[in-house]
Amino acid sequence: MELDDLAKSCGEWLKGSGPESDIVISSRIRLARNLADFPFISRTTEADRAEIEKILHGRIDELRAAGDVSADTYYINVGELEEVDRQFLVERQLISREHAESEGVRAVVIDHDERYSVMINEEDHLRFQVMQSGLSLDTAWQRIDQLDDMIEEKLTYAFSDKLGYLTACPTNVGTGVRVSVMLHLPALVITRQIEKVFRSLQKINLAVRGLYGEGSTAMGDFYQVSNQITLGQTEEELTKKVADVVPVLIDYERQAREFLVRESHETLHDRVSRAFGILRTAQTISSEETMHLLSSVRMGINLGLIAELEIPTINKLFIHTQPAHLQKLAGGELESTDRNIERATYLRRHLNIDKSSDPTQN
Amino acid sequence: MKCQRCDRQATFHITDLIDGKPNELHLCEECAQSFLSPAEEETAEVMPAMAGLLAQHLAVGETADDLARLDQRTCPICGISFLEFRKQGRLGCPHDYVYFADELEPLLMNIHDQVHHIGKVPKRCPQGADQQTQLIRMRREMKEAIAKENYELASELRDQIKEINSSSPSSETSEDVSQ
Repeated sequence: MELDDLAKSCGEWLKGSGPESDIVISSRIRLARNLADFPFISRTTEADRAEIEKILHGRIDELRAAGDVSADTYYINVGELEEVDRQFLVERQLISREHAESEGVRAVVIDHDERYSVMINEEDHLRFQVMQSGLSLDTAWQRIDQLDDMIEEKLTYAFSDKLGYLTACPTNVGTGVRVSVMLHLPALVITRQIEKVFRSLQKINLAVRGLYGEGSTAMGDFYQVSNQITLGQTEEELTKKVADVVPVLIDYERQAREFLVRESHETLHDRVSRAFGILRTAQTISSEETMHLLSSVRMGINLGLIAELEIPTINKLFIHTQPAHLQKLAGGELESTDRNIERATYLRRHLNIDKSSDPTQN
Repeated sequence: MKCQRCDRQATFHITDLIDGKPNELHLCEECAQSFLSPAEEETAEVMPAMAGLLAQHLAVGETADDLARLDQRTCPICGISFLEFRKQGRLGCPHDYVYFADELEPLLMNIHDQVHHIGKVPKRCPQGADQQTQLIRMRREMKEAIAKENYELASELRDQIKEINSSSPSSETSEDVSQ
């Protein structure tokens, strides 16, 4: 099955390549669009939703047939998936939590290398996103603009001259664009400067969220910075606003890391080494603790404190140790206690490069 | 090593910056989490909830009577009342932006600081809000016609919808015409 293949890989956004990829995990832009001749999702009937899905599915098939999008895309009926598979797509950031948890006919189109995904019948009829590894917002905008043009060629979007693209929630009206960059900021967390940074971002109308978007906590010191305003500025201006602030955040994080190296090198090295030690020896470990420790190890690799690992390996562990990924890789559903044991086993297997050196295996 | 805040084993070793000087803390997982993660109300501030924004905004300058009257207003196309919108933070159809325009404008100003779109324009624009309303209405009439087994009317409506959708001029074409 398609999802099992996806589970083994890592996807575009966790590749660990691209500009500034020691701190910038990924760049992502999404657009919200609605068909002009249907109500918004909350007022649709089941039949409406089925028809919207049919129209949009048809349009995607046309684009596939014409070679405008790769024939190598997955079309997945989200409503028909098991809960663990929906959770898997959320962890992978290919669908939103809202899309996973809502009811009725809904689908997602996923590019085989996970550079884009198209959600059908989410909060809006159509929500699609383009993802790039590292800091690469201009490329992301060009790609999504092109995808938008292609989809729109034979569809009529709800649009008003005054208010732009009309969306179910007034917070998205206008451009319907959400430009976001995911950053790994452990040193700003350790030095307790992160709150100060957030407050200044809010002052310039940028939102900060955790790894899994709205309402999620910042697990593993990952933060997403995105635009809050969608109306009254062009897509390029909104993209630039986020793009301009990211180098400043990168600089703050680098300064905080340098400070830690300079002022408390032993403590920092100890923290990184202990994290690595626990991850390669633990017998049972929660997802939260794993994220927390992997975050230290990731920073340790970037600072040259751990030589035997590379960033792509750590990025892979971040995603593969999430609850649904772990279950997909283990090939069956696991209760929380068993998951923690399986997670520890998985980590030991992947972090003890020389198998015989696993101190817990005799 | 014991946690500095309780009796558990310290597993987290945190360097705190106080007046530019590092201060080392040794905490257990639980204490470290409460130390590192912002208080709940601070997190809530990060993304003000739609509902809160709305309530805060709409209460200004409205008497209870005005507000009650406003809440009862219902969009003739999708049937959503303003009260329902206030509760869910989601509109029911594109026409709501026209029907509740006066009520939404201050809200949009609050969220976006602007009320005019200057970004991308789709190539196939519905010609103004009227045509969009017309499309949704026709689709509803078509469904009603099917329910009443009036297939002749239904197929007529279907053709009309198709025609409007396919005749929506692209912005490029309209520019060509005007040149």
